[in-house]
Amino acid sequence: MAGNSNYPKYQSDGSRLGGLLEWFDARFPLTSLWKAHLSEYYAPKNFNFWYFFGSVALVVLVIQVVTGIFLTMSYKPDGNLNAAGIPGAFAAVEYIMRDVAGGWFIRNMHSTGASAFFIVVYLHMFRGMLYGSYRKPRELIWIFGVLIFLCLMAEAFMGYLLPWGQMSYWGAQVILNLFSAIPVIGPDLSVLARGDYVVSDTTLNRFFAFHVIAVPLVLIGLVVAHVLALHETGSNNPDGVEIKKFKDEKGIPLDGIPFHPYYTIGHDLPAIVIFLFFFFAVVFYWPEGGGYFLEANNFLPADPMKTPNHIAPVWYFTPFYSMLRAMVWNFFWVIPAKLWGVIAMGGGVVILAFLPWLDRSPVKSIRYRGPIFKTLLTIFVIGFLILGYLGAQVPEYCFFGLSWLPGAVIAQIFTFYYFLFFLTMPYWSKIDKCKPVPERVTFK
Amino acid sequence: MSDQKVDSERRSLILATTAAGGVAVAAAAVPFVASLAPSERAKAAGAPVEADISQLKAGEKMVVKWRGKPVWILRRTKEMLESLAALKDSLADPDSEKPQQPEYATNPQRARPNPNPETSADGGDYLVVIGICTHLGCSPSDKPAEGNWQGGFLCPCHGSQFDLAGRVFKQQPAPTNLEVPPYKFLSATRILIGDDSGSSGEA
Repeated sequence: MAGNSNYPKYQSDGSRLGGLLEWFDARFPLTSLWKAHLSEYYAPKNFNFWYFFGSVALVVLVIQVVTGIFLTMSYKPDGNLNAAGIPGAFAAVEYIMRDVAGGWFIRNMHSTGASAFFIVVYLHMFRGMLYGSYRKPRELIWIFGVLIFLCLMAEAFMGYLLPWGQMSYWGAQVILNLFSAIPVIGPDLSVLARGDYVVSDTTLNRFFAFHVIAVPLVLIGLVVAHVLALHETGSNNPDGVEIKKFKDEKGIPLDGIPFHPYYTIGHDLPAIVIFLFFFFAVVFYWPEGGGYFLEANNFLPADPMKTPNHIAPVWYFTPFYSMLRAMVWNFFWVIPAKLWGVIAMGGGVVILAFLPWLDRSPVKSIRYRGPIFKTLLTIFVIGFLILGYLGAQVPEYCFFGLSWLPGAVIAQIFTFYYFLFFLTMPYWSKIDKCKPVPERVTFK
Repeated sequence: MSDQKVDSERRSLILATTAAGGVAVAAAAVPFVASLAPSERAKAAGAPVEADISQLKAGEKMVVKWRGKPVWILRRTKEMLESLAALKDSLADPDSEKPQQPEYATNPQRARPNPNPETSADGGDYLVVIGICTHLGCSPSDKPAEGNWQGGFLCPCHGSQFDLAGRVFKQQPAPTNLEVPPYKFLSATRILIGDDSGSSGEA
């Protein structure tokens, strides 16, 4: 009930502007929203580098929405061949890149933005794991975050079909065929998702609808819920202690500072400027990202008759793609490897949502956690990166070309570790030798 | 509110209204979900395709588009056909027991007999299969004979291997052999893919 909350309505000082504000405030919770979420939202004073990425993610979201709107004005979701024998959607992207004034700039911002989004979000999630930001009472913030991550994955997957290149086509073909692994209803579900017996113009059009309106609406709603939940409990911090425990006589946390202007101007704005520096360096000089941001095969128009010799998802999906490929055994006789692969890939994301209840450690922050957590988390990060690297390689890849370092087996080991890390967490997080936690935040 | 006694008649009315509303929402969702299914036009697009095989020499493959999928027509040489029998032990389904082909292709060659008496005596040298991997739907590439490998197909996505009759090897991601579509020979030089009516009896 922010509207009729503790914040008094704005009283005009008699100036014309003041009168206008008073008029507004009597009809809309302007002052109370501003105060509750910015000028009187007290954030811990000891935020560090890791706390940039929430605000930066918001900036990337804005970039994606704005560039996306402008791209929609020149793009056509058309899977049929034009007079020149090129699919309409592929031709539309080339048209944007060559003939629309500034089109290359907007398009490169959008494609770079997709990769930037995942870089920022992965770092943001890792921050949560470092400092226990998902722990009580912030479980819902974390769950909204996992849902945002799922939405982002859907958004990226569907957006990747739109340029209608070879990787777009065959990537969608493989992932949509995963549905068919689901028992009984699978094959029909796969047809229902495509709207056709193969990936076709119909599929392209519905992916376009999902990409430009359905998923973004849900995504923005979830971002609002994520921030509202955060502002209800207050932010965690690198020490993992509650700043609300110690308040002054006005009820303001002693270790809290107003989010605006201290964090907006003093902390996040410089971070955003530095981020944009790197972002535009990529947009202008390195938009293909070495074949990881824009894949070489996607500069060929979709050909339903021929699969490229090496297909791999875009880098941000590769860790989970590795988990999919790692499953080659038919466990429990009845459940085929293909279904296990789907379960591993989906489970790899969904298991994150249970983190608040899997972690039983008496302390939140890595600063005061014991050697078990630090060791296991380090292996977890290395394993996740290796899974990501292997997911972009051919299935028969070997490290350094050595046949005794087969990528497929190493991916299986780290997939197993990934799940083991989470599933055994209730046990090892409890017995870890933690250090004493200070009463208040440490800040130099 | 909470300390008042609940009026049971009103509670029943609320329940009834909720139930009726739920049914209405579910009913309204039906046409929306139904609209996601393949349209009548998409269903009609599965018309049979005719292919001219007169130019196909022994050992050559051609690709025809049928229902948006690649259909391969491979004219196998005598050596290729003879090599098939030796693979029996290394294949997952050497005798084509799983229903991945019409009745008339459930034979060692997985093909109908060749109607052209000049080129083949024992028949079945034209392999007609849908060139889509039964694992996750990529289109396998040709893998010509080399060393111990006697020729076949390799899926670039997850490495499934198939022999020259589209049969999958053991311990591959692909669960079944490549699918043989319904087809018939219209003449010695023409194949109709997608329709085998009036000829399914002969084998």
